[in-house]
Amino acid sequence: MYRYDAIDATLVAQRVAQFRDQTRRHLAGELSEDDFRPLRLQNGLYVQRHSPMLRVAIPYGLLSSTQLRKLARIARAYDRGYGHFTTRQNLQYNWPKLAQVPEILAELAEVGMHAIQTSGNCIRNVTTDHFAGVAPDEHVDPRALAEIVRQWSTLHPEFAFLPRKFKIALSGAESDRAATLVHDIGLHATRSAGGELGLRVIVGGGLGRTPVVGHVVREFLPWRDLLTYLEAILRVYNLHGRRDNAYKARIKILVKALGVEAFRAQVEAEWAHLRGNESTLTGEELARVSAHFAPPPYETAPGDESALAALLAADRAFARWANRNVHPHRQPGYRAVTLSLKKTGVPPGDVTAGQMELVADLAERFSFGELRVSHEQNLILADVRSRDLHALWTLARAAGLATPNIGLLTDIVCCPGGDFCALANAKSIPVAEAIQRRFDDLDYLHDIGELDLNISGCMNSCAHHHVGHIGILGVDKNGAEWYQVSIGGEQGIGATIGEVIGPSFAASEMPGVVEGLVETYLDHRHADERFVDTVHRIGLGPFKARVYGQFREAIHA
Amino acid sequence: MPRHVIRNGRVLGDIWRSLVPRPDENPETVPLPEGPLAVSLPVWRARRVELLARSTPVGVRLEPGDEPAEIAPDLPRLALVAVHFPKFADGRGYSTASLLRRRHGYRGELRAVGDVLRDQIFHLQRCGFDSFQLREGTDPHAALPSLADFSVAYQAAADGRGPRFRRDAAQAEAAGEFRDPASVRAPDLLPIAMQGRNHG
Repeated sequence: MYRYDAIDATLVAQRVAQFRDQTRRHLAGELSEDDFRPLRLQNGLYVQRHSPMLRVAIPYGLLSSTQLRKLARIARAYDRGYGHFTTRQNLQYNWPKLAQVPEILAELAEVGMHAIQTSGNCIRNVTTDHFAGVAPDEHVDPRALAEIVRQWSTLHPEFAFLPRKFKIALSGAESDRAATLVHDIGLHATRSAGGELGLRVIVGGGLGRTPVVGHVVREFLPWRDLLTYLEAILRVYNLHGRRDNAYKARIKILVKALGVEAFRAQVEAEWAHLRGNESTLTGEELARVSAHFAPPPYETAPGDESALAALLAADRAFARWANRNVHPHRQPGYRAVTLSLKKTGVPPGDVTAGQMELVADLAERFSFGELRVSHEQNLILADVRSRDLHALWTLARAAGLATPNIGLLTDIVCCPGGDFCALANAKSIPVAEAIQRRFDDLDYLHDIGELDLNISGCMNSCAHHHVGHIGILGVDKNGAEWYQVSIGGEQGIGATIGEVIGPSFAASEMPGVVEGLVETYLDHRHADERFVDTVHRIGLGPFKARVYGQFREAIHA
Repeated sequence: MPRHVIRNGRVLGDIWRSLVPRPDENPETVPLPEGPLAVSLPVWRARRVELLARSTPVGVRLEPGDEPAEIAPDLPRLALVAVHFPKFADGRGYSTASLLRRRHGYRGELRAVGDVLRDQIFHLQRCGFDSFQLREGTDPHAALPSLADFSVAYQAAADGRGPRFRRDAAQAEAAGEFRDPASVRAPDLLPIAMQGRNHG
């Protein structure tokens, strides 16, 4: 992974000093709340229901064991002993004290971490594929390019006060595991027929109040031009994005208002001035950064996998876990493993300090001391020898990190919701838990098969409910919490926005609603058809008939 | 008491007057005060010849949304371009400044005016501003240390710094000397804007 040099370390240390001074002036009454707000937001600090919330950047989701131990220490020393992994591969603390935040940042800086641009109207943490570098379907390892984008966007002076937040995601594989089509900019690293490295540039995707799938603005951008092209897009957006209405300020609205062709023409006109300038990337720079992401020292003679096969045959629970939580790897004899943070009864994405320390140990013992955060809010050990899988499973299971549900209905993507977030209209965690309890039978869960269920507590759509096979959105009606349900959404390369099935439901009805949807699917599915495929084939009708028939008396307009 | 501005890292008295007609005033007929004068773009459009004929320095004040290209041909004759920030969180002026410096080659005084606060001046400086008229009631002396908030930067900007990957290893070593955050506040540390640029 990328290791800080003197420049990186200096920048982060100076950011800590700057924020320490800003916080001091704020607490001394020299900096008003209005003036301080954008400053703290640009450093990941929200003021929430109960206390500030601090969002720590995990660039493209990559962490070392040392960093995770530090996150655990901070959770114990400054919070209530846990943290929450987000859908943008970051970590949030829900209970820090404002006056202590500079101390937390100083501790983070010791391990090359920070909270820079994890919030606010600026370029946010760049995200990528959690299987980067190990996925068999990968064309290009996106991590070096992600790091280059991270550096370029960090404290970029021109783009610190954009019309609205700006999110960039990067993928280099056949499958899109980074939700690139629903980001402000999505980048697909690819190779031309001649083998040249480049990027497909997608702009104007997003969720929130106006969900849109992004548009391809450039089919192939040579990699050397990455930063000048990003600069052109950001400058067009900074100058012309709407600033009069926060709900219409994202770049997707600008792209929509101008039309893709006119937007592209503006970007290309701007780029004509920038193309070839000193920000054009060099081979030396790509090589320098890529060296940080060289493959780990894999065993070249991994041995045969007959022992694993025997264990899988002998142990049904292990086999079930391997079936869902173990993923193919490009290196023979290795697998990637997902540690599930979706155990029933635990808020999705939450992890205790003790679990963090255990995962840090597991990563050191089994996966070269590194791990990744997925945007589905799980943790990944990317380089595990297949003969270590059983030992890893045993330890992970004892720590509650081996729920065999990855990609299944109970692997719910869920925002903190009304329990914590000041923006939320409704709670999301209790709804997730109630649904998980309803589907706690593992045989039934595995029979249902792949099903993405996403729950957002408000229109900000942090849990990406628009692209859930089943998406649940918390809404406020006259001060009461209700839940709107959409189905047929899909993430990935064929990203689709789900359709709302009808009037919303009370929290208590939600497990029954999901059950009704699932039963409808089971009644209609063809062999090997996923829930979302059935929805696309038969349409919303049968699902609506079942769910609203079931709740006829309970419908509220 | 005269107004003060931060100019090239020092607090100086301000010689400039600004003319932004009220809605009920006609840019074509509004009286032009004596002395160094920065006018809004509508006044500049209407009175350009008259203004250029004066013996005192002339400047233009741009609002967010004003196209810097419109004054590009006149930039060599302007002693000041002021860029107005109606709210500090309106970031359009950062791009305006970058365009003036990098695309249009403006080398005169580039001043941020309006809702300008110390916590923004580091980034403003990197975008090419060398002059800051802070929000009314703000002490410019107290703001000076913020010009030196960072001694390092990753990306190219209008302050003359190239991207980090084009700078030599010597600079990386130099950056290492400033690793102690406390040292960053040293009063004799030059702001970045003054390190790499020879204009102004």
